[in-house]
Amino acid sequence: MSAVPTTSSPQDNMRRRSPMAEVFFSLMRSRTFLVGLAIVLFWVACALFGEHFTPYDPLADDIINALAPPSSEHWFGTDQIGRDVFSRVIVGSRDILTVAPLATLLATVAGTALGLLTGYFRGIVDDVVSRILEAFMAIPVVIVALLAIVALGTSKATVIVVIGLSFAPIIARTVRSAVLAERELDYVAAAQLRHESALHTMFVEILPNVIPPILVETTVRLGYAIFAVATLSFMGFGIQPPSPDWGLSISSNYGMIGGGFWWTVLFDALAIASLVIGVNLVADGVHGALND
Amino acid sequence: MTKSAKAEIALELHDLSVAYRVAGRNRAVLRNLSLNIRQGEAYGLVGESGCGKSTVALTVVRYLPRNGSISGGAISLDGQDVMKLDAEALRRARAESVSMVYQDPGKALNPSIRIGRQLTEIFELGGITGQAATDRAIAMLNRVRISDPPSVMQRYPHQLSGGMQQRVAIAMALANDPSMLILDEPTTGLDATVEAEVLDLIAQLRQELSASILFISHNLAVVSNMCDRVGVLYAGMLVEEGPTDVVFNDPRHPYTVALLRCLPRGGQRKDQGRLDTIPGFLPGIGADIKGCAFADRCALADNRCRSELPPLYDLSDERGKRLSRCFHHDKAQALPRATPSDVATAPKPTTAPVLRVAGLNKTYASHGHALRAVKDVSLDLRPGETLGLVGESGSGKTTFARLLLGLVPPDDGGTIELEGKALAPKLENRGDDQVKAMQIVFQNPDSALNRSHSIRHILGRALKRLAGLSGKVLETRLDDLVRSVRLTDRHLAVKPRQLSGGLKQRVAIARAFAGDPRIVVCDEPTSALDVSVQAAILNLLADLQSKEDVSYIFISHDLGVVRYLSDKIAVLYLGRIMEIGPSEEVFSGPHHPYTEALLSAVPKLDQTETARIRLDGEIPSATNPPPGCVFNTRCPRKIGPICEQQEPQLAEAQPGHSIRCHIPYPELARLQKAAVTEPA
Repeated sequence: MSAVPTTSSPQDNMRRRSPMAEVFFSLMRSRTFLVGLAIVLFWVACALFGEHFTPYDPLADDIINALAPPSSEHWFGTDQIGRDVFSRVIVGSRDILTVAPLATLLATVAGTALGLLTGYFRGIVDDVVSRILEAFMAIPVVIVALLAIVALGTSKATVIVVIGLSFAPIIARTVRSAVLAERELDYVAAAQLRHESALHTMFVEILPNVIPPILVETTVRLGYAIFAVATLSFMGFGIQPPSPDWGLSISSNYGMIGGGFWWTVLFDALAIASLVIGVNLVADGVHGALND
Repeated sequence: MTKSAKAEIALELHDLSVAYRVAGRNRAVLRNLSLNIRQGEAYGLVGESGCGKSTVALTVVRYLPRNGSISGGAISLDGQDVMKLDAEALRRARAESVSMVYQDPGKALNPSIRIGRQLTEIFELGGITGQAATDRAIAMLNRVRISDPPSVMQRYPHQLSGGMQQRVAIAMALANDPSMLILDEPTTGLDATVEAEVLDLIAQLRQELSASILFISHNLAVVSNMCDRVGVLYAGMLVEEGPTDVVFNDPRHPYTVALLRCLPRGGQRKDQGRLDTIPGFLPGIGADIKGCAFADRCALADNRCRSELPPLYDLSDERGKRLSRCFHHDKAQALPRATPSDVATAPKPTTAPVLRVAGLNKTYASHGHALRAVKDVSLDLRPGETLGLVGESGSGKTTFARLLLGLVPPDDGGTIELEGKALAPKLENRGDDQVKAMQIVFQNPDSALNRSHSIRHILGRALKRLAGLSGKVLETRLDDLVRSVRLTDRHLAVKPRQLSGGLKQRVAIARAFAGDPRIVVCDEPTSALDVSVQAAILNLLADLQSKEDVSYIFISHDLGVVRYLSDKIAVLYLGRIMEIGPSEEVFSGPHHPYTEALLSAVPKLDQTETARIRLDGEIPSATNPPPGCVFNTRCPRKIGPICEQQEPQLAEAQPGHSIRCHIPYPELARLQKAAVTEPA
């Protein structure tokens, strides 16, 4: 019912909350968002302060107690060289929570710039850049990672660059379609009628209006980035030993599952899953609040 | 009330109150509204947007949005109490006795289902299936004067024009032979010629059907032509009611008086005086109203008006039953003007044209065909002069404006000269001075103002770029600019969405005037606004023009508005100028047959019904314009094969007045004079 005034008349409008405030209140009412946020904040807290309340040193081995099953002493058991799995899971979020957000940030910045460029100029610029980005998207992250490691060597920086650049085209595509719609609006023509530069029009006029889709895309990508970091670490291309990183731990212990030592792998896997779910719940909440 | 008298009333609203729940509070939208519509009667409901017109329509079938609720009163439909109906009975009432037609037919039709299926579905609900349903659907389409129904039934909604879509929507509404037809702004957003067709159709259907009509519109002229009785709604209250011609010719409520004064009527022009306006705003929904709702905006209001709710005075006389909710109904027409009428107009010295356009063309490539959006347009414009551009949508008005501004480059060959200097076709190749000399006020301020920026940023940036100002000087000039469009400092800090449509349009006007332009293109600047706001914007444009000696190119489908502001008119059809000349000559005629048809399509408040000319069919596609005179396929005055074979020249009929027609000027004059004297 487009004709129904659910909002109110001019002078009431003067008192209406700003769009950002409205999004904030809507988020605070969203259970999805709050649950997701709680999960994410839990892991962030573990990453920052976990080492102060772990029962054991996550790196200290204890060969005599190797592969001990979960007990009151070792809640999640111990791994093959006797390290406490509980302590390792708690601190294991540190690397993934540095690398994944930084990779997402890189992807967002690069993707936004590319999306603005292709969406604003359209035509030949769009055709050329978009085809290159599509070609890039067709290569699996793992292959890119392999190439990058050969070229740059393994380091956290490599992982950030690899994931960042792999995700940038996807974000660019989302931004581009939002920019294409904005570009048709008359305020862009008005900017041209002031002889504004293309950079000003893109970044000062259009960018603020495409922030909502960028925000949604970023949170969604963060979930994928966490997964990608864990995958690369598992395959040995990502975070390197002796870090208690979850993906790395699963990688070094998964051979044990056959012997019945499930606890060496299960808790790390659950940790990854919970973090990804938490981020995705946040993404859903943000999406819902921005599209209300 | 006896049983038979009761049966005569098709719809009765008694003391109806409706509230919307917004931000946790119930806000009154309709306040103790009582009205009734007799069987077969057409009742018009008018008022500005936000006064509750659409809510009435939705309430009748209890179709309010989730946050709406009926807080009191009764609705009776054909003697049935709608409030007491259970879900099934309500569904049947909606299916069988009431039908609604909304403003936007594009949204009322399902875009992914063929027209035929959408129509037969209605009959299937009534138990008619198969071929019988198809036959009924065809009959319905015939009834709404759609030619070739079988082929239309095969099409999807987007393959039909707006007018055709609205006909289909009307056909669907009439399918189950309702006793009550609710039309909510059924012609808003349609071209004048299409609007005229749809209104004609509704008028004809009224003769054939017994249905009562509730006709909701903000357009007073449309209501005056269509309805027997009219109710004027203000802040959810009925403020005046009576037979249409009596209310519009002898209004007895200051609000009605003020609304009628906002319209440019009887060929009023900017140099003959400013339009009157209504100061202030409609009370917000749910506002606490003590006394008369209109008191804050009414110059006649006294203390009693502000403290005591006026009753509905019964002013019935021999002209019919009428009501007015005003203590001062006897002197309502003495309402002092809110805006003084007087204007100081200095006679304009004839100077060299500020703009000269010669041989301008624009061809688009459309699926391998050449689409000539603008063809061979030449004209000139003097300082301080307004050129009105009129024509149906698709006639090339907006494209022409964009060519001038350089937003779209024209084809090679044409020239645009600004103050004697040729302009580069592309905007980026024009000098800064040339760019700031030509600005535009767009139709839709929501699109034209960046919603992320504050008004201060929007206007400040314009001053910086267009006037080259900065620092203190910019601040001072910003204050002047804001004041010149009658905004205040208070408005500078907010974002566009926090302003009403009229205020947003003032910001857009201020932006266009930031760099002291020579020419401002106004592309339908008031089409999204209420009449009271429209009047204020038109006054503002006229004032700015007389002060700054700026020229306007004014595009509008509202001929009354164009006439008010324009010194010169160009009539466009399929990208060609069909007629160009001084405003008064174009309007008073003799004029081109197309101009004649456009003028006759406009619903007029002053009911001097002349012979109405209706254009058949759609505006032809610009990719494949008709041979000869492009207007020949729809021309009511076609004279013969010459019209189909040879394109007429734009020939000067009178000094400064040119017409593109094979019929010689004296002959046009004779034909059109005859048409006026002939009875309709």
